[in-house]
Amino acid sequence: MASTATLHGADVHEHEHKDNFITKYVFTTDHKTIAKQFLITGIFWAIIGGLMSLIFRLQLGFPDMQLDWLRPFLGKWITDAGKLDPEFYLALVTMHGTIMVFFVLTAGLSGTFANFLIPLQIGARDMASGFMNMLSYWFFFVSSVIMFVSLFIETGPASGGWVVYPPLSALPQAVSGSGLGMTLWLVSMTFFIASTLLGGINYIATVINLRTRGMSFSKLPLTIWALFLTAVIGLLSFPVLFAAALLLVFDRSFGTSFYLSEIYIAGEALPNIGGSPVLYQHLFWFLGHPEVYIVLLPALGITSEIIATQSRKPIFGYKAMIISMLGIAVLSFVVWAHHMFVSGLNPFLGSVFMLLTLVIAVPSAVKVFNYLTTLWKGNIIFTPAMLFSIGLVSFFISGGLTGIFLGNAAIDIQLHDTYFVVAHFHLVMGSASFFGLMAGVYHWFPKMFGRMMDEKLGYIHFWLTFVGVYLVFFPMHYIGIAGFPRRYYSFTSFDAFNIFADLNTFVSIAAIATFGAQLIFLFNFFYSMYRGRLAPANPWNSNTLEWTTPRNPGHGNWEGEIPTVYRWPYDYSKPGAREDFIPQHIPYSATPESNLPHENEKIEEEKEIEKLPVDDQH
Amino acid sequence: MENTMQLDQPKPTLSMNPKKFALWLFIVTVVMVFAALTSAYIVKQSEGNWLDFELPSAFFISSVIIVLSSIALHWSYYAARKDNLFGLKAGLILSLTLGLLFLVAQYISWVQLVERNVYFVGNPSGSFIYVFTGLHGAHLVSGLIFIFVIIYKAFRLKIHSRSLTSFEMCLTYWHFLGALWLYLYIFMMINH
Repeated sequence: MASTATLHGADVHEHEHKDNFITKYVFTTDHKTIAKQFLITGIFWAIIGGLMSLIFRLQLGFPDMQLDWLRPFLGKWITDAGKLDPEFYLALVTMHGTIMVFFVLTAGLSGTFANFLIPLQIGARDMASGFMNMLSYWFFFVSSVIMFVSLFIETGPASGGWVVYPPLSALPQAVSGSGLGMTLWLVSMTFFIASTLLGGINYIATVINLRTRGMSFSKLPLTIWALFLTAVIGLLSFPVLFAAALLLVFDRSFGTSFYLSEIYIAGEALPNIGGSPVLYQHLFWFLGHPEVYIVLLPALGITSEIIATQSRKPIFGYKAMIISMLGIAVLSFVVWAHHMFVSGLNPFLGSVFMLLTLVIAVPSAVKVFNYLTTLWKGNIIFTPAMLFSIGLVSFFISGGLTGIFLGNAAIDIQLHDTYFVVAHFHLVMGSASFFGLMAGVYHWFPKMFGRMMDEKLGYIHFWLTFVGVYLVFFPMHYIGIAGFPRRYYSFTSFDAFNIFADLNTFVSIAAIATFGAQLIFLFNFFYSMYRGRLAPANPWNSNTLEWTTPRNPGHGNWEGEIPTVYRWPYDYSKPGAREDFIPQHIPYSATPESNLPHENEKIEEEKEIEKLPVDDQH
Repeated sequence: MENTMQLDQPKPTLSMNPKKFALWLFIVTVVMVFAALTSAYIVKQSEGNWLDFELPSAFFISSVIIVLSSIALHWSYYAARKDNLFGLKAGLILSLTLGLLFLVAQYISWVQLVERNVYFVGNPSGSFIYVFTGLHGAHLVSGLIFIFVIIYKAFRLKIHSRSLTSFEMCLTYWHFLGALWLYLYIFMMINH
């Protein structure tokens, strides 16, 4: 290998003859491979988290079912009577939430697409620090291993809910999951926070410092804006979770009383004095609420890109999109107490937080409006990615509307911690972000693996998932209004809830079917990786820079010079243009037939851009 | 669409060194950790059941030490810019020594807290003081390691007027840690 490299020394890329398997696929500093590592790990966790939800849906939908057949997998968590152990039920709910929110929709979504798209779309060779980027993945990996191990320990994984409120999470004697399982949860999350911060620092530094010449902030694709703002939110909120977790560790392991006031457990008085469990809730939700947008914004960014491309129209309201994302980012930090309306919060403060919460509806509605107006009268091409993007918009609307009710401090007293909340956030945050993830995978799969995914399987996957998600979560609104509290093991002992038993069964069947539909995706994904049709250079006739790279870009992305950017990324179906798209690297001087009067004036400025140093980041 | 497409005046991309920029972002995360802890302190205090005690006098001494240490490091930086190698090394070592002294003073403050019957375990009003000093101390150790790395580089003649990036990063971080301590000290004086 080395000798052939020297033979053709002149045109062999300097990176290519250094890579062995370890440096190319394991400890790699190439952002594209790191992105794939995040994606594959995220898919792994999505399967685990999804299976967990199926187990507790079995319990909820079929409370009389004999679950002996699960004993080979769950061991003693299936009781002698063939039932799911109630404490393990709580652990399943907790781990499902933790895995889905943090490991799938934060690391799996942001980690994948920020790593993959930022350098490719801004015209950079790699991230600002490839080493830190690698570290970010491996911290996530360590975090994953620890969380995975915690599933198999004798006392079970953490079971105090994904929010791990003290005192439940602070006292090992409270529930078996609060022992070793909770300790491992905290250790794992510490690594996770470190991973997110390392990644976030890198994303921000890259977007600010490594844009190619001509790529001003007003020409950035909306995906990059979304991923950039996501990283900023993460940088400001994850340290707060770290602070909250640190104090929790001290309470658990050193006997301090930050979150523990005078408390009796099993008739025995604990020595703690003067702490406040509500303090934890403040700290947690200061992260927890921005976290919702950390999960959602990348999905919205991906959707903006795909909807504009596949409608063959410029995105409607480019600046309005950016301003609303900025608005969401700022507002996300001042609404946290709407999770705490029933925690004994001062009602006046409740009103303030209610107002701020409802204000978020404004930028959200602006975004929805812009998606719909971009679709309006477009030459829509229904690729699977486009379908998933439209599905996201649908969930964002139907889930967002219920948010207006939940954000109301008075109505929240009735709805708090019921299945109405479960339905709300699974639609607006869970399913919407999951659809964003899927849209992104279908859209950028050709760039990731150089092959196309099968479209027909993509359509089947979309329709089954889209219908399935609504069948699962829509009935939950009724169940919630009827007063079903979330996280309960069983409702059979309450007569009032009997009339909804069949609805719960229906939801469970729908959930199993929806999970089954994901197997189609898994097959399509792994099959297409090796056997898919070879992808053309620009399969979607898209404008952004990643499609100017070779089919399988090497480490460094562009073989020659990085292209220079002259225009915004949404010149689709421009009147007078030869084709219905004009990529960002085509100068106005090359398209006199489609230039508008003010754009002809910019031809002069293009010479200025070309005078800038090429700043090749080799 | 026409209005949204205005081309900005072409500007070279920001010329800040990415590593320095990343350091600033790291500083932001540390600020957020301490912002969270100090706001937790205020929230907890406002809820009552709060033990009052006198702050250790060692805090004042440690504040003076950390300011002197920052001055020493800055003096060393000026020396490096003028390629005055003696001043560079002397300032670095003085700064490192003062940094270690700061940790000693913080330890004495803990002894003083114990003398006042304020322990890590007990009323959160005392526990918070230990967390502030302890977590700041942990960051300070990382700063000391950074200074030590710079000393090592300085003795191998790798720090001079044309190679200052790592020293400048160290300087930023060290000043930040000093300012962070002063913030914590003033915060504790006002809110206790």
